[in-house]
Amino acid sequence: MVRIIGFFVGLGFVGVLLLSLIFNAVDSIQNPPVETAEEQFHLQPASFPLSSDGPFGKFDRQQVQRGFQVYKEVCSACHSLKYVSFYQLADLGYSEAEVKAIANQWATEVPAVNPDTGEASTRKALVSDRFPSPYANETAARAANNNALPPDLSLITEARAGGAHYIHSLLTGYRDPKTYRNSKGEALPAANQPPEGLHFNPYFANLNIAMPPPLVADGQVTYADGTKASVEQMSRDVSAFLVWAAEPTLENRHKAGWAVMIFLLLATILAYLAYRNIWASAKREVSIRGPLEPAFRERMDEQKAERGIAG
Amino acid sequence: MSFAWAKPYEPTSPFMRWVDQRLPLPRLVYGAIGGGYPVPRNLNYFWNFGVLAGLALMIQIITGIVLAMHYYSYAGGAFDSVERIMRDVNAGWVLRYTHQNGASFFFAIVYIHIFRGLYYGSYKAPREMVWMLGLVIYLLMMATAFMGYVLPWGQMSYWGAQVITGFFSAIPVVGEPLRIFLLGGYAPDQAALTRFFSLHYLLPFVIAGVTILKIWALHIPGSSNPTGVDVKDEKDTLPFHPFYTAKDGFGIGVALLIFSIFIFFAPYSLGHPDNYIEANPLVTPAHIVPEWYFWPFYAILRAFTVDFILPAKLWGVLAMFSSILLLFFLTWLDRSPIRSTSYRPVYKIFFWILVADIAVLGYAGQAHITPVTLAMSQLAAAYYFAHFLIILPLVSKFEKPLPLPRSITDSVLHGEKQESAPFGLAATGPTTAAPQPAE
Repeated sequence: MVRIIGFFVGLGFVGVLLLSLIFNAVDSIQNPPVETAEEQFHLQPASFPLSSDGPFGKFDRQQVQRGFQVYKEVCSACHSLKYVSFYQLADLGYSEAEVKAIANQWATEVPAVNPDTGEASTRKALVSDRFPSPYANETAARAANNNALPPDLSLITEARAGGAHYIHSLLTGYRDPKTYRNSKGEALPAANQPPEGLHFNPYFANLNIAMPPPLVADGQVTYADGTKASVEQMSRDVSAFLVWAAEPTLENRHKAGWAVMIFLLLATILAYLAYRNIWASAKREVSIRGPLEPAFRERMDEQKAERGIAG
Repeated sequence: MSFAWAKPYEPTSPFMRWVDQRLPLPRLVYGAIGGGYPVPRNLNYFWNFGVLAGLALMIQIITGIVLAMHYYSYAGGAFDSVERIMRDVNAGWVLRYTHQNGASFFFAIVYIHIFRGLYYGSYKAPREMVWMLGLVIYLLMMATAFMGYVLPWGQMSYWGAQVITGFFSAIPVVGEPLRIFLLGGYAPDQAALTRFFSLHYLLPFVIAGVTILKIWALHIPGSSNPTGVDVKDEKDTLPFHPFYTAKDGFGIGVALLIFSIFIFFAPYSLGHPDNYIEANPLVTPAHIVPEWYFWPFYAILRAFTVDFILPAKLWGVLAMFSSILLLFFLTWLDRSPIRSTSYRPVYKIFFWILVADIAVLGYAGQAHITPVTLAMSQLAAAYYFAHFLIILPLVSKFEKPLPLPRSITDSVLHGEKQESAPFGLAATGPTTAAPQPAE
């Protein structure tokens, strides 16, 4: 009974699926799918060497500090970093006094309550504060940015496929839509030219991003450590900084990982030896056959005893 | 419990004797996972996965309880609280990565365990109840994993909840009111998040309870084995402890090594980047996909595109639920008395086609819908149902199985595999090494 019902249920599902398949095939022949401009022009992020990548990855403190400088002087005008606190900058090699100075001199102040009047006011940031948002709220952010919302950057490398490599490609990927040619040499169709207020960038999912090119000229930031601030360099540095911002515990993770792996490897080797050791006896018990079989030897001993042969 | 020669518990100390006489818990444990449970001596490494699944459940429960101490099930703060765990809670990142990847680890183990059951006929008499309790655990796991995925309140959490609870609206007439009742609103929001958190905390303990029933049911007939031949005498078995505890110890070591690679060196590799964006009911992600362990089911759901008598969406939902529910009837669909697929030359081919088919479904489930991926999912879903409901009953009727070994000991000695044969005797076994007639 189960098999008969099952057979018809199966036939039903298979039938409807094949019907769907036929409709699907007919439909795709009648209306062949058209390649959209996004499919034609969208580029996958190109990767660049990043010291935090790989199982031994560590932050390059100099680079992350430079990246922080780019964030501070360029990105922080529009983008918040709401999950990162000032005190965490000490992990990047800044001294306590430097961290204090950075918090104290931060361009945006922290919302507070005036202790005398109870009215909303602002105060200078403290080391224990998180990075203050450049805008009071989402509406203010949109109003200042042509109705686009600059995303918070504290998780951006985790929230985008390709991570830091995507950020780097995006920051250096702005092209002139009028003269741009894709790998096949095709020009961007007139219908897909970016509308007013948007900027063409082939690394962005729908090709037109609201953010104007943030890194425009070499030397836009004057690095404290004297590194030449080319656009490429600034983009790589800020991407490295954002990896740290998204996961400040990355180095702990790698370090703990190796300790755990070495411990588990030794434990597993011991467990394997224990397993072989315990099973050795079991396998011998089964394996003894023929002349070494205990029953056979007993019989032989008996026969020997009968015949009066010693030993 | 299971066999006449199972060693009864003998307390070695006066204290344990005192306890055992008043509460025979030591006796229960000894008979369940100690020296008092005789296990076939020829189990291969695929039999490690039951214990591994138990380990994964324990890891999830322990990390989960600690995470719940730091998590807020508040729609305005759930996402922030997860970030607080990652950044500010001591070792919070280890707990969170372990729990997050632990779900994948658990499913990977359970899938291998299920395929082992399918290959070696573990669903056949007298172990039907063990198989069905396993399926109940699997369904509970799916519910738990889905609700757990909603808790971080990222974009994929929110829109995943939207899609999954949308299944209920496919039910005619009562569907939409039922969906609103279950969610506590028109769309996932505070009410849904709080109840999902509550249930996500509850269900793992239900799983643990069903696991106890499952082990109980398993110990009536005892464990199956790779030949599928019944245990005949004491020679065929070894006590669980120390033999299989030692083997499981090694298996646990290897599994934890692989798990650790994911936790410490690739914690993001199994997740979706969109879940690091806070839930936003006004922005739909470009491409909503579930976690990898649901991809095959998602492919079946999306494969139905024609309103044939019923709406396509209802077909998809029915098919998706049927794809698991039909496994409850497997023992009646497959009437072959041979348990192990190793001795079923025709079914063996279809078994491996099924494995490939589910891989194709998985691929189609995560891909963007194009005519090609849609056709893939339609063909693969059709094979999935045809395999279980049409091919399997017919094959089991007409197939001529290969001769079985006379006994487990016989197969260990000189049958099945070089690897499972005893030292030095595998190649030069006794003269009885010729194929045995079927019994």
